[in-house]
Amino acid sequence: MNNRRIIPIGPYHPLQEEPEFFKLIVEGEKVVGLEINIGYNHRGHEFLSPRMTYEQIAYLVERICGICSNSHPFAFVQAVEDAGKIEVPERAKYIRTINHELERIHSHLLWLGLAGHFIGYNTVWMWAWKYREPILDIFEMITGNRNHYGMNKVGGVRWDIKDEHIPVIEKDLNEVEKAVGMFTRAILDDPVIRARLEGVGILPKEVAIDYGVVGPTARASGLAIDVRKDDPHAAYDKVPWDIVVFTEGDVLAKAKVRLLECIESIKIIRGCLKDLPKGEIEAKIDEIPPGEGIGRTEAPRGEVFHYVRTSGGNFPLRHKIRAPSYMNIASNEYACVGYPIADAALTLAAVDPCYCCTERLSAFEDGRLRYSYQDILRMSWEKTEKLKRRMRGNFKAE
Amino acid sequence: MKDLRVWGLKKSPWVFHVAAASCNNCDIEILAALTPRFDVERFGIVLVGSPRHADALLVTGVLNRKSLPRVLRVYEQTPKPCLVIAVGTCACDCHMFKDSYNVVGPYDRHLPVDVYIPGCPPKPEAIIAGVVKALSKL
Amino acid sequence: MRELEKELRERFPEVEIFEHSPRRLYLTIGKERIREIAQFLFKEKGLRLSIMTGIDTREGIEVLYHFSEDKTGTYWTVKVLLDKAKPKVDTISDITKAASWIEREIWELLGVEFIGHPNLIPLLTAEDWPRDKFPLRRDYE
Repeated sequence: MNNRRIIPIGPYHPLQEEPEFFKLIVEGEKVVGLEINIGYNHRGHEFLSPRMTYEQIAYLVERICGICSNSHPFAFVQAVEDAGKIEVPERAKYIRTINHELERIHSHLLWLGLAGHFIGYNTVWMWAWKYREPILDIFEMITGNRNHYGMNKVGGVRWDIKDEHIPVIEKDLNEVEKAVGMFTRAILDDPVIRARLEGVGILPKEVAIDYGVVGPTARASGLAIDVRKDDPHAAYDKVPWDIVVFTEGDVLAKAKVRLLECIESIKIIRGCLKDLPKGEIEAKIDEIPPGEGIGRTEAPRGEVFHYVRTSGGNFPLRHKIRAPSYMNIASNEYACVGYPIADAALTLAAVDPCYCCTERLSAFEDGRLRYSYQDILRMSWEKTEKLKRRMRGNFKAE
Repeated sequence: MKDLRVWGLKKSPWVFHVAAASCNNCDIEILAALTPRFDVERFGIVLVGSPRHADALLVTGVLNRKSLPRVLRVYEQTPKPCLVIAVGTCACDCHMFKDSYNVVGPYDRHLPVDVYIPGCPPKPEAIIAGVVKALSKL
Repeated sequence: MRELEKELRERFPEVEIFEHSPRRLYLTIGKERIREIAQFLFKEKGLRLSIMTGIDTREGIEVLYHFSEDKTGTYWTVKVLLDKAKPKVDTISDITKAASWIEREIWELLGVEFIGHPNLIPLLTAEDWPRDKFPLRRDYE
C-alpha cells in the first residue's frame, strides 16, 4: 500500500510513554481490553460560558465540533428559549430544520468517507467528500461560510433563505439523493464491503441502554430513540418522515442507519421547503428572566444536550454542554473487546467520534507498545484485501 | 547541500498535519484540500504519515495543556529546516478560548511559526494559498 | 397528574416536583435518597441517564441528574444539594454506566466526591493540573 495514502490526522508515536486516546490491550491478534483517555480537546467551554453574553455563547458553542457545528448552537438557543419561555417565529423554525438536516447529510457523508478510508476503499472517501461539496456550497450561499456560519440565535435565525436560493437547494438535493442511493447500493450489494462491516463491533441492546448511548449508535442496536421524534422541536412534527432503526448493532447496521437517514433528511428538507411560511425570522427579546432551561436536538451523532441556568442578566450562571460522543465513545469499552485488532479502527470510527480522537489509537501487549495507529490501519486494509481475494479470486479492485 | 534541500522542498513539499485541541473544522478543510475539487496533489503538496518525512507542519487547534508535550515532541522529530504553518484563527491567536484555564497556546508561544492562515475555518483555497506563500519564503 | 409523577410521590413522599413546562420537570430530594431514586428511574422505569451537571451556588454545590423519558420526550431532572465544605454523594455508576465518566468530570472540575466510584481519576485535565484547583467553582482564580 502506498504510504502516502494514509490520512495523517495525527502524530505517529514511536514512544510509548505518551498517554494514548484509545489504548487497546491485545493478546496476539485479539483485543482483550480498551482504555480510553480523553482530554486532548478540552478547551474549557463551560468555564468560558458564564463570562460571555448569550450572543457570544452561540458562537462559542459552534466551535465545540467542526463537523456538526450547527447542533450545539441549535440546542443552546433552545435551552435559553426554554428558560425564558420565548416563542420562536414559524419561519425561523422551518429554516432551523432545513439547515440542521443539511448538516446531517454532510456529516454522514463525511463519516462514510472516513469509514471507507479505514477499510481501504479510498475511492469511497473521495466520492463521499465530493458529494459533500454541493451541501457546503448551499451553506455558503445562504450564510457566507461553509461551516461555523452562525445560523442560530436566541429567538430565531440570523440568515434567511431567499426565494432565489430554493431552486439551487432543490437541484443540489437531487444530486445528493442520487449519490446516497449509489452509496447505499454499493455498500449493501458489494460482498466484500458487507463482509468487512457485518458482525464487527457489535453493541448489544442492553449494553447500549446501560451506557446511555444515543444517535445512530443507539438506533443500530435496536433502540428507537431520536430527539426529533421523542421531543419534537422546530418543524420536525410538521413534515412527514420516519425514524431509521436496525437491530444487529454492528458497523454495517450503523452504516445503514446513517445512509437511510440521509434519505429521510432529504424528505424533511423538501417538506420544509414546500411549506416554508412567510414572516419574521427572529423574535424581539427584551430580557431573559432568571430560571433554568434544557435544550436538545438530534445532532448527526446523537442527542446533544444543553442546560442553562439564567440569572436575569446578560450572562448565564451555568451552562452545561453534553455532546453525543461523550456517551457513545465510552461504549467502545464493550464493542471493541473480543474482536481482532484489524477491526478496531473501524469499530471506534463507527460511533462517529471526533477524528482527533481516533488518531491516537495504539495496541499494547504485556505492557509494551505492539502496534501503532499506522499498523492498525494497515491491518484493517490487509483484512479487506484478504476478503477480496477470498471472494473474488485474484481480481483486485480498489 | 542546503540549496538542494530547499529546491526539493519547493518542488514537492511533504506536509504533516498536527491537531491539538481543535474543533476539527480546520482539519476537515485540510483534508478537503486533498479531495478532487481542490486536489492539492497537483501542486506537488503531499500529506505524509510521519513527521520524520515532513518538510512542513500544518498546525491547527488552540493547544491545551495535555496536547502541548506531544506537539513539542512532533516538532523535535521533524527534520530541520521545516516550515510551521498555523492554520485557523485558533492556531494564530487562540480565538475566543484565550481566557480558558486549559489553554496554553497560541502556537507561536512555543514554536517558530512561519505563516499564519486565519479563518474559522479557512477555506481550502486559502490553505493552499497559504502553503504556497510559505514556500515562497524559502 | 402524569403516571410517573404519581408513582414518584408515592415512593418518595418528600420529593418536591416543579413543572417548568410540559416536558421539563425538576425534582428536589435529599442526597441520601439518590441511589434509590436513580435505581427507580433507570432500572424500574427505563429512563435514560442523559448527563449530570454540577453547579456551585450560594447555598452549596448542587448536582443535577438529567433523566430522559424518551417515550414522552420529557426530562426529569433530579437535584441534590451538597455541603460546600465537603461535597460528597454516593455514586450511581454501578446502577448505570452512563454515570461513570460524568462523575469523574464533576469530581475533577468541582471537587465533589462520589463515594464508591471505582475509578475516580481525572478525565479531562492534564496530569500536572493541581488537584486542589477546581475551575468551575465560583472562587476559582
